[in-house]
Amino acid sequence: MGEVVLRLEGITKNFGALKANENVSLNLEKGEVLALLGENGAGKTTLMNILFGQYTADSGRVEVFGKTLPPGMARAALDAGVGMVHQHFTLAHNLSVLENVILGTSSLWSWKLQYKQARQQLLELANRYHLKINPDAKVSALSVGERQRVEILKALFRQAKILILDEPTAVLTPQETESLFKTLTEATEQGLSIIFISHKLHEVMKIAQKVAILRHGKLIATKETRETSPNELAALMVGNPIRPPAVTERDSGPVVMELLNVSTESQHHSKGLKNVSMRLCSGEIVGLAGVSGNGQTSIADLVAGLITPSQGKLHLDGKPIDQWSPRQSVLSGIARIPEDRHHAGTIADFSLTENSIIERYRDQPFARHGWVNWQAAEGFTQELIRQYDVRCPGPDTRIRLLSGGNMQKLILGRVLQNDPRVILAHQPSRGLDIGAVHYVHKKLLEARQKGATILLISEDLDEILQLSDIIHVASAGRVSPPFQRGKVTPTELGGWMSGAAFAKQETLHAP
Amino acid sequence: MEILEIFLTASFWTAAIRIASPLILATMGELICERAGVLNLGIEGIMVAGAFVGWFGAYIGMGLWGGVLLAFVVGMLLGLLHASMTVSLGLSQHVVGLGITLLATSLTYYAYRVALPEVTSPPKIEAFQPISVAILAYIPILGPALAEQTPLTYLAIATVLITSFVLYRTPLGLALRAVGENPSSVAAQGLSVLGLRIGAVVVGSGLMALGGAFLTLSAFDSFFFGMVNGRGWVCIALVVFGAWKPHKAFLGAILFAAFDAFQIRLQQSTIGADIPYQIFLMMPYFLSIAALVVMSRKAEVPAALMVPFYKGER
Repeated sequence: MGEVVLRLEGITKNFGALKANENVSLNLEKGEVLALLGENGAGKTTLMNILFGQYTADSGRVEVFGKTLPPGMARAALDAGVGMVHQHFTLAHNLSVLENVILGTSSLWSWKLQYKQARQQLLELANRYHLKINPDAKVSALSVGERQRVEILKALFRQAKILILDEPTAVLTPQETESLFKTLTEATEQGLSIIFISHKLHEVMKIAQKVAILRHGKLIATKETRETSPNELAALMVGNPIRPPAVTERDSGPVVMELLNVSTESQHHSKGLKNVSMRLCSGEIVGLAGVSGNGQTSIADLVAGLITPSQGKLHLDGKPIDQWSPRQSVLSGIARIPEDRHHAGTIADFSLTENSIIERYRDQPFARHGWVNWQAAEGFTQELIRQYDVRCPGPDTRIRLLSGGNMQKLILGRVLQNDPRVILAHQPSRGLDIGAVHYVHKKLLEARQKGATILLISEDLDEILQLSDIIHVASAGRVSPPFQRGKVTPTELGGWMSGAAFAKQETLHAP
Repeated sequence: MEILEIFLTASFWTAAIRIASPLILATMGELICERAGVLNLGIEGIMVAGAFVGWFGAYIGMGLWGGVLLAFVVGMLLGLLHASMTVSLGLSQHVVGLGITLLATSLTYYAYRVALPEVTSPPKIEAFQPISVAILAYIPILGPALAEQTPLTYLAIATVLITSFVLYRTPLGLALRAVGENPSSVAAQGLSVLGLRIGAVVVGSGLMALGGAFLTLSAFDSFFFGMVNGRGWVCIALVVFGAWKPHKAFLGAILFAAFDAFQIRLQQSTIGADIPYQIFLMMPYFLSIAALVVMSRKAEVPAALMVPFYKGER
């Protein structure tokens, strides 16, 4: 049993009627990595913000190295040796790395910034923890992984003995995650203690010695990773044993939408399409696999009416489409779950109600004689919140205050509540925890059962293989021929992803 | 060639630097506010108030420096009013700024009438006289023009150096720049975002008032209505022109003042006889817009300019 460096005792915090934390107690020992596991909205971030003085707890106590911290003071936690790497980095982009690191480290009233000394110290730290960084680079020029390094160095520069990382891998590539884990392991060997907040089970199992599981604001259990399994953790986290939704066989209906030899101009951030043909039938999930940036965005934009084909035809119900715009797309019963739920899916500073009707504010029952019927809109939103279990204080809440999972549930509800004919699901489960992922899958399968056409675009091959009746692969703006469920192996799909299979196909068909 | 000769006379540059002085002071004030993330459109009104209060202080016998100090204090108070609404309450910086300008201007005129109900022509004071700083004359080109100025001009130039030093060389300046870029970065270090911003607006507004006081205590020797005449708005443009950097904004002020001094001389020259004088009056503004277009396209605006900060928000 090591020395306890951090103790949380009976922390309770309410936001209005929402119980974000309820009587949570935790101990962190020296040199260990404690994972804080929980679904989105389970209260992980709130708990850490209380520890860090960003919020004041309604009751409870925070003790660092045996001393109780005064509540609501970020300075106190910092001075006691607690450093936090927030999920949304707190860096000033126009300043250099060095400037960001030394910000606030000496008294505001001292005469000089100790640039030289600080640079020396920063480079030593970077060396010791193998965090390569250029102190004079502007933060705006750094990659996400590098920015995270700056955040960690910032904490270490302040001689943090306890490091809190809030969902540190959410924004990292697999390689960056790997190197972060190496850094963290080395840091604990040098005596640091770490709280690692995550909802990714395999990461938690890999990096942590102890796991504390939060659910609905309550501490459910604390487990040693040696003595538990991902399945047990998942069950504890979600509250019941995890079972992925079952896929039932179903014959597909008539063709709803068809892309015939479609090419598009490349947009500034997405590849154009080259001679793409696809057929979307009712009661069918068509999966589009492939690494992001290979034309998926163009296909999604095409279906949503944001772009039109430069060559080829788009057919709806067997008839060619002449006029094609987002409005036309919505009117044709196409609903979309956008790839970027923060920017394309919602308006951050609008309320849940406003976001719920944003695609249909002109239609009955939300509009009457050119006026918005807010009563109907709010009733609809209440219904979405109830049916889709959106955790929030109420329909008037600004949507930016919701966690990613809850935001996605609202978008999903908005899409499904209309009984759409076509659902464009672009990365619908990215960044969500298992419970939410299964929920999204279940709802998509239900829509399929009701006869909807679903175009599922995902980077996650497991997701594609599990849900899709038909699978296509996108690579460099081209799309593979369709494969039936169960008639194709992941290795074969991999060949299409890399583009090798396209080359082979072309030589076969060459005259 | 008559036109080019204007630029070569020392008296031309002496005039340019004199005209630039109030702009420099107020521009530094605005720059400090904006670097901390607050657009201060109260600048025009604060300059009017500073012009009157500075003059009034001298008029009632506080002495010239007493007037300067009084103007600075009144400017800071108006800044505090601005900050309490824009920073503490997070209200619209446009509306509050314009409101402060209207309020300060009207209050000033009212105060002038209350203090001097009987007068018809504005009373005069004994204004600052140029002092000779002989060493400065050795600086190439601008030296002779710098050597014969009033103390407030030297104060203005010192303000640029001090602002630059504080912003780039001290922890306080770093925190100010960071709070204008991303307030969360400052809050995460346990520093007070509101405190820094309020402080910046208060001190910045004090400097704006000094810019106004220059007009009555140095450039002229009395206060009259409409004397600030849009200089505040010019300063807002100068901050953008200078890409939020003190030395560039300083050069911008000199450039603008040079245009202004130039047009005055053009009006008096033989060319001036045939052209309506309003054309010349317009010239500095026209040229500043042109310069603004050329210079400020790649400028890095403080990312959090006009974004209020609320504690505990994502």
